[in-house]
Amino acid sequence: MESRIRLNKILLLVMFSLLSLLVLLPFYAIALASFKPGKELIRFGLNLQLDFSIMSLDNYVFLFSGQHDYFTWFANSMLLTILQVALTLITSAAVAYGFTAYDFKGKTPLFICVLMIMMVPFEILLLPLYRLIFNLGMMNTYSAIILPGIASASTIFFFRQYLLGVPREMIAAGRVDGASEYGIFLRLILPVMKPAFAAMGILNAMGSWNNLLWPFMVLSNSNKFTLPIGLKTLLTPYGNNYDLLVVGSFFSIIPIFILFVMFQRYFIDGMTAGAVKG
Amino acid sequence: MIQRFLYSQKAAPYVFVLPFVLVFLVFWLYPLASSVEMSFQKVMLGQSAQWVGFDNYAKLIDDSMFLKAVMNSVIYTVLTLIILIPFPMLFAVLINAKFMWGRELFKSVFFFPALTSVVVAGTIFRLMFGEMEGSLINSFLAMFGVEPVKFLKGHATGFVALLSLAAWRWMGVNILYFLAGLKNIPDDYYEAASIDGASTFQKLRFITIPLLKPTTIYVLTISIYAGMAMFVESLMLWNGNNSPQNIGLTIIGYLYRQGIEKNNLGFAATVGLVLLLVTMIINLTQLALSGLFRKES
Repeated sequence: MESRIRLNKILLLVMFSLLSLLVLLPFYAIALASFKPGKELIRFGLNLQLDFSIMSLDNYVFLFSGQHDYFTWFANSMLLTILQVALTLITSAAVAYGFTAYDFKGKTPLFICVLMIMMVPFEILLLPLYRLIFNLGMMNTYSAIILPGIASASTIFFFRQYLLGVPREMIAAGRVDGASEYGIFLRLILPVMKPAFAAMGILNAMGSWNNLLWPFMVLSNSNKFTLPIGLKTLLTPYGNNYDLLVVGSFFSIIPIFILFVMFQRYFIDGMTAGAVKG
Repeated sequence: MIQRFLYSQKAAPYVFVLPFVLVFLVFWLYPLASSVEMSFQKVMLGQSAQWVGFDNYAKLIDDSMFLKAVMNSVIYTVLTLIILIPFPMLFAVLINAKFMWGRELFKSVFFFPALTSVVVAGTIFRLMFGEMEGSLINSFLAMFGVEPVKFLKGHATGFVALLSLAAWRWMGVNILYFLAGLKNIPDDYYEAASIDGASTFQKLRFITIPLLKPTTIYVLTISIYAGMAMFVESLMLWNGNNSPQNIGLTIIGYLYRQGIEKNNLGFAATVGLVLLLVTMIINLTQLALSGLFRKES
């Protein structure tokens, strides 16, 4: 029995180690390519050849000191992600609080609307939304990217689940102490929502940092591009930008990666939030 | 006076939910309604629309390109389900095994790909599945004497690339979903089964899989959504919305082509409504499956 468990243990370890290698392979390939000239990539393809004679830090030097818009895009993405996450979290938290702390007329139908939004893929609304933004004269603005998602249905849903676990006595106690309805939300409720904010903050940040389609449709000026859009424009049939494309792609993973290493638990909480109750 | 009203317990909930109501009306209900309206119109951006009755619908039924897009989306969805449900479930069960080493490490590693954007992941996979003999996958195949494959030029091989990308990005996330589901199964069940002399396989078959049903339905639903609405993966892999013989064309890809590239918004809205109909049917099926109707009535 002992030895059988030991054998199983080793078999599992071998199997999962091999799988991990497979999962890490694309990262390794792009990391390796970031040290090779783009010309090599065009001529020989993305490969695992560890050829030190052609490898150098040239791409990184170009990334940090060359003539290109990469860090404009990087800063734009950073700004947009921070704005989007901050506004979405605070708005969605307020809405979720309204849904959990009060009984009011129209509550159930309104909450069904939240569920409905979650059930329709956003892509279906791409065109009418595009037309609306065009007609409102909001093309090429960050508002057009932030506003449609500011009261995010899935975030509201998650916050509501979380707030259902907060005792209503807390609110009553706040009222006894003479706090206003909004004071209770701001001073009593927001602080206890920290873990929920962390989980949704990370989930939203990841979505925002990586989002391509809607920003791509709305933004047209290169100086407003986000990182995914910018990187996409580097992928030309001529391959003349591959130096920047490869090193830039690799470098763009790093911020999210650092966040992940620091706040792994919240990533997992956020990602699996829907599955536990769903 | 107004301020006192706004601060009353009666008005406060409405103030709190107001942002949602506004966003819902302006950025959800209005676009959805205008989508329905547009499907009966000929619409160009910045010009006034013309009513055309059911023309768009009639055109759509006869449109072989639309059929191709639907087929591609359906095939992609079905294949992702076949890959991205049983395997993550199995891996989750194995990772969850009591005697597993390095559980947390493997969980993190499998999750890494989900951190990448479709743009970056798509770029990497486009290059990995390049047609040169030195490209990663081809150089691997060459070890078995296989001639270089032009992956992105053939239907089946293009799908291999597309599915590899999906499997790579989502395997770890789905494992996490199933691990979360496994946590909800009480240990007592397994202990009781062990006392009754159940084999590992029997435990899997009669305890784990049935009790994971809510998780499985959830993963199934989100996978169908993601599959049917897939577009950016194809856009990145083929570096644009035009793949050879449209092998990578999806429903949303077609919607994008008609609406944005050809400025034919009315027809594109009709395409979107078909997808809406499909997702509604899936939703209702899911609700029925998870027994929500029974509980509420």
